[in-house]
Amino acid sequence: MKRLIPFAVFMGLIGLFGFGIWWNTWHDARYVPSPLIDKPAPNFALPKLDAPDETVTKASLLGKPYLLNIFGSWCIACAEEHPVLMADARSLGIPLVGYDYKDDPNDAKRWLADHGNPYDLVIADEPGRTAIDFGVYGAPESFLIDAKGIIRYKHIGPLTPDVIKKELLPRIAAAKREAP
Amino acid sequence: MKLRLVLLAALLAFAAPTWAVKGAIEPLPFQNHAQEVRFQHLTKQLRCLVCQNENLADSNADLARDLRLEVFQLMQQGKTDAQIKAYLVARYGDFVLYQPPLKPGTWLLWFGPAAILLAGGVVVVIAIRRRRRLADNHQGAATAGPSGEAPENTGDDW
Repeated sequence: MKRLIPFAVFMGLIGLFGFGIWWNTWHDARYVPSPLIDKPAPNFALPKLDAPDETVTKASLLGKPYLLNIFGSWCIACAEEHPVLMADARSLGIPLVGYDYKDDPNDAKRWLADHGNPYDLVIADEPGRTAIDFGVYGAPESFLIDAKGIIRYKHIGPLTPDVIKKELLPRIAAAKREAP
Repeated sequence: MKLRLVLLAALLAFAAPTWAVKGAIEPLPFQNHAQEVRFQHLTKQLRCLVCQNENLADSNADLARDLRLEVFQLMQQGKTDAQIKAYLVARYGDFVLYQPPLKPGTWLLWFGPAAILLAGGVVVVIAIRRRRRLADNHQGAATAGPSGEAPENTGDDW
């Protein structure tokens, strides 16, 4: 019986190492969980991309849930995500707000003209200062913000049809139930 | 010779703006040397989110540059190091700190190695004691002769 103890410890270690290998094959080491989930979105006041004189604030978007999608014309993964947004933006059932991050407005306008514009509204953060308040560390990122301005969900990296179906749509439905 | 100097000056003049743009770590207008030392010390303890194996002081990523400027501005506003760290943690989570904070979720991380070392020490002490007792029993058996009891076989030979 006592001989089994070292064996059990050994098997425990094997299990631990096995878990480490298995975990590292699928989890994204770049993923940093946001501390802002279920907290109020930061206040912001940013110009519209196509009308820089008009300012969009957090307060002006309150009242119904929306999806805030951080993108930039310089961002390669955003170009990857873009066809998905073009195809699925309407099926979200909530406004899709584009957040042009650290981008020359002219580049962004040209990019949207070339690839199509899936957004109901695009706001521009050329200096990237407001993005720090949102904890943005790389585009694309998507925030689901509910009617009260609470961040309900954040996805880091390109949205895929699978992520939209499995993670985003159920949460959108929940947010809409609270504030139709 | 004179022409060459003029050419060289012209070339340098053209090159200067590219240095300013490409300069790895842009100079910040510190008020004094102490502040610069404090800034360097603080940004070395903060992780760059984009290139996660670099600290904020060394990273050349765009976001790291923005965050350095942010840290610099917070310092100018008279914020303490703890306040600046709290500011970044509120936005990016504990991950920005190279040294994780001590809280229930990180107890295993902080005390795990010491606990394992302690457990190993206990195992070693028990094994040594048992072996010594076994050796004593052997000696006892040898002096007591044939009437002595044979030492108990514990089956523990490691």
